[in-house]
Amino acid sequence: MTFLSHLITGLSLGSIYAIIALGYTMVYGIAKMLNFAHGDVIMVGAYVCFFAVTGFALPPLVGILLAIILCTILGVVIERLAYKPLRQAASLTVLITAIGVSYFLQNGAQILWSASPKSFPTNFFNIGESKGITLFDGGLTISYVAIVTILLCLVIMAALTFFTGKTKMGKAMRACSENKAASQLMGINVNSTISMTFAIGSALAAVAGVLMCSAYPTLMPTTGALPGIKAFTAAVFGGIGSIPGAFIGGILLGLIETFTKAYITTNLSDAVVFAVLIIVLLVKPAGLLGKYVPEKV
Amino acid sequence: MATMLKVNDINVFYGAIHAVKGVSFEVNEGEVVTLIGANGAGKTTILNTVAGLLHTRTGTIDFNNIHLGHFPAHKILPLGLALVPEGRQIFQQMTVEENLEMGAYTRPKNEISDSLEDIFNRFPRLKERRKQIAGTLSGGEQQMVAMGRAMMSKPKLLMLDEPSMGLAPILVDQIFDIIQELHAAGTTILLVEQNAQMALSVADRGYVLETGKIVATGTGHELLEDEAVKKAYLGG
Ligand SMILES: Nc1ncnc2c1ncn2[C@@H]1O[C@H](COP(=O)(O)OP(=O)(O)OP(=O)(O)O)[C@@H](O)[C@H]1O
Ligand SMILES: [Mg+2]
Repeated sequence: MTFLSHLITGLSLGSIYAIIALGYTMVYGIAKMLNFAHGDVIMVGAYVCFFAVTGFALPPLVGILLAIILCTILGVVIERLAYKPLRQAASLTVLITAIGVSYFLQNGAQILWSASPKSFPTNFFNIGESKGITLFDGGLTISYVAIVTILLCLVIMAALTFFTGKTKMGKAMRACSENKAASQLMGINVNSTISMTFAIGSALAAVAGVLMCSAYPTLMPTTGALPGIKAFTAAVFGGIGSIPGAFIGGILLGLIETFTKAYITTNLSDAVVFAVLIIVLLVKPAGLLGKYVPEKV
Repeated sequence: MATMLKVNDINVFYGAIHAVKGVSFEVNEGEVVTLIGANGAGKTTILNTVAGLLHTRTGTIDFNNIHLGHFPAHKILPLGLALVPEGRQIFQQMTVEENLEMGAYTRPKNEISDSLEDIFNRFPRLKERRKQIAGTLSGGEQQMVAMGRAMMSKPKLLMLDEPSMGLAPILVDQIFDIIQELHAAGTTILLVEQNAQMALSVADRGYVLETGKIVATGTGHELLEDEAVKKAYLGG
């Protein structure tokens, strides 16, 4: 029974990582950059939802929608102001800029909302008073947050697969991620495709922020940092640039972390996660589903 | 004959490198025009500039009396100007069919399936392999994808950058047959080739480019007979 309960915790934590990792991987695929500020967009999304619901007494759904809208705008603005001017710059320059944007968002949040932790509402997904489904005469409780998180992750994954595989815009996105010059020759506006990708990734970050804080309710300016790094790890784990890779990487990371905490060690769970990553990368340098493409010079 | 493309005294730089030096030429409606020249002469630079991937420092480019100025590349194709780039540049990880669809990106959706059938009729080989990932095709097949993809936009002017590069002689013949068919069907063509013999024999007119400058021009026939051209580009 406790195994099942850990399994569900792991799956739902993994789903959160997966949703974040999808944003990381899509942005990497098209802009060939690691957007280290991605994790902090999660934090902004959670704050927006928090204030909408606790400050303005809006219904949770409206809070979530507001978070999605504002994060989408934020992501597009970050790209325009910070990354677009660096399109031709060395990748190290872009990386440092992304780290800068990350700190900018964290410090900005600290000024706006103070460093003291807020307690995120945990009742968004309750049905009446009930927090979850109880099975086996109380032996196992599955929270609604966990169920919603896992289901939403599957839906997002399916939607993205459909989008990139079947729609015109999604195919243009794949074309741009492969060859920007050739895409322009097809009449594809590469800049707006990149903006679009940032918009999708940031909208997903907002969703992840709300789901994560509903399960782990401590909200502060650094809340997005560690999950951001872990989701990045998940994306690399699965093969950066690959959408199913980010999904699988995220789920595996959540499971490994949860089971390590449950059965091996709590203190070292992050170390174990990264050890697994290193082993996977030694065996498969491009990640589980990644294709090894030598870097073009 | 109306002038379709008019390139007037353009200078193109890569940083400090002056790659194209005051080049002027024109392509009239219905013509096949070729640019020939040795490696590094600036042929690719010129085509990429016309296609909007590079920009001129000075000089003008007009296409059907539209001043291209510094149009971004994605706004050039819808004017009816397509480029089959050097080295093909197909989307390796997409299927043959997806590559062709990308060629019709700027066209209304309901016109695409007809055009797709046209391309498949011209290249039956691609029809058999429509679901195959393009990166796994042979070099010749990839060239067909690159040409088919450009044709999917129904261009008024098709620019081809060394379409015969790296192909066996029989495939080179096939590519040139297709160029002639397209021409017969009314497409105007600007062809860049290392294979000067082939290029001049299908071209109405040609320009010879040397280190960024045009050094000779004439009809395809005249250039084939020109002693200097023969010596430099036709192996005797
Ligand atoms: N990206 C670049 N950066 C700097 N210089 C370049 C670049 N691309 C081309 N050049 C230079 O510009 C000149 C013209 O190159 P271009 O590729 O246009 O020649 P080409 O005639 O197409 O040659 P080839 O027949 O080998 O394809 C060459 O001297 C080349 O070294
Ligand atoms: Mg060239």
